[in-house]
Amino acid sequence: MQIQIRTFGSMIVIVDYDMGNIGSVYNMLKKIGRKSEITRDLEKIRQADHIILPGVGAFDSGMEQLEKFGLVELIRHKALVDKTPILGICLGAQLMLEKSEEGQKAGLGLVKGEVIRFQLPAESKLRIPNMGWNQIEKVKSSKLVEVLPEQPRFYFVHSYHFKIAQSEDQLLMSEYGYSFCSAFQHENISGVQFHPEKSHKFGMALLRNFTEAI
Amino acid sequence: MYQSRVIPILLCNLEGSLVKTQKFKKPVYVGDPVNAVKIFNDKEVDELIFLDITATAQGRRPNIRYISEIATEAFMPLCYGGGLSNLEDIRAVIKAGIEKVSINSALEKDPDLISRAADVLGSSSTVASIDVKKDFWGKYRVVVRNSSKSLSMPVLEFAQMMEQKGAGEIVLNSVDRDGVMEGFDLTLIEEISKNVGIPVIACGGAGNISHLKQAIQAGASAVAAGSMFVFQGKHRAVLISYPSQTELAGL
Repeated sequence: MQIQIRTFGSMIVIVDYDMGNIGSVYNMLKKIGRKSEITRDLEKIRQADHIILPGVGAFDSGMEQLEKFGLVELIRHKALVDKTPILGICLGAQLMLEKSEEGQKAGLGLVKGEVIRFQLPAESKLRIPNMGWNQIEKVKSSKLVEVLPEQPRFYFVHSYHFKIAQSEDQLLMSEYGYSFCSAFQHENISGVQFHPEKSHKFGMALLRNFTEAI
Repeated sequence: MYQSRVIPILLCNLEGSLVKTQKFKKPVYVGDPVNAVKIFNDKEVDELIFLDITATAQGRRPNIRYISEIATEAFMPLCYGGGLSNLEDIRAVIKAGIEKVSINSALEKDPDLISRAADVLGSSSTVASIDVKKDFWGKYRVVVRNSSKSLSMPVLEFAQMMEQKGAGEIVLNSVDRDGVMEGFDLTLIEEISKNVGIPVIACGGAGNISHLKQAIQAGASAVAAGSMFVFQGKHRAVLISYPSQTELAGL
């Protein structure tokens, strides 16, 4: 799907690598008055001022799809060399780390860390996947989460979670059986485990913060 | 703090109108779906389930244009069910902006559709919807096609088969309690949720918040309701509502 809306100045690109429903990110950006483009066109991504890497599915299929469309090196270059603000959502965020217990493939390696499966004690009543709304706790300050409505909560669907190597890269923590990192940030690179595009005004605020960040 | 999901279920018919049934019968017109979704946005609902209850009966495929109209307005997770019997339609529904698909009548002849859907979408987007009705002897039966046909496999066995085939969730719907608003079938909820590892969404019978609490205590991971969120008072006047976060705290 290619949706063409050209804007002068800031261009937000939603990377389309055929992993799940990504139209909802576009819809929410539109709702908050941001024009974006869903694309896998290398030239458009090269020119982007903001990149969103969404995605739902398995780790290895996600990497395979990025490889198939020739996106791996380009995303790495945009994030690490051009320092373009980039936001990963759910699987998209997991792919930004180095590896995952879910698969064999190496991740994009934009931030040091890995993805591990929830380890709940056998007597726990909690189910996997963790599916539902959860609160967040800020463990550092960042433009991405600076302005949020009161009592922020976000919608999560996942069986695996981030394990960030350097604690200063941890941005938000949440609790599901135990405390886990639900968002990370390293310079221009951020990732959230939850779905801001499905989290009402809380998600709108986060996406607004992201698209305003320079 | 983790809070169990409370999910309005909206039913629609061929004309694209919202309706609400009682015991799967007597559909009453309750409004326009896109408008309802906008109201539920403002009320910040946890999730929405949207079911086209006429698609299978009329041999229709899902109405993609209509689904995408709804999805564009929904800033919460959205589950769609109705007329889903093949992977092609399931893919089209997801592409239209839906997070999860709910499969029901097709499971009678093709239970493996759950596996095929889960392979493509992932388990967390694949929901098995199980309608249950007590038969003449008071025994729970899985029913399909708007409760017009009952299956021979026991309910628990059916639920476990769904889990094994890769369903990420089960919507457990009591036909006898549908629209009655006098409480969930707690025995049924307890039996199923105790014996499957995936989340069970209890549906059928909710009339107030204490009913929701009872279902959670009986083992449901989430609760769904129709009438409770679209009707007001004993004359069942149409009014879309949803409890505040304060009212829901502690569920």
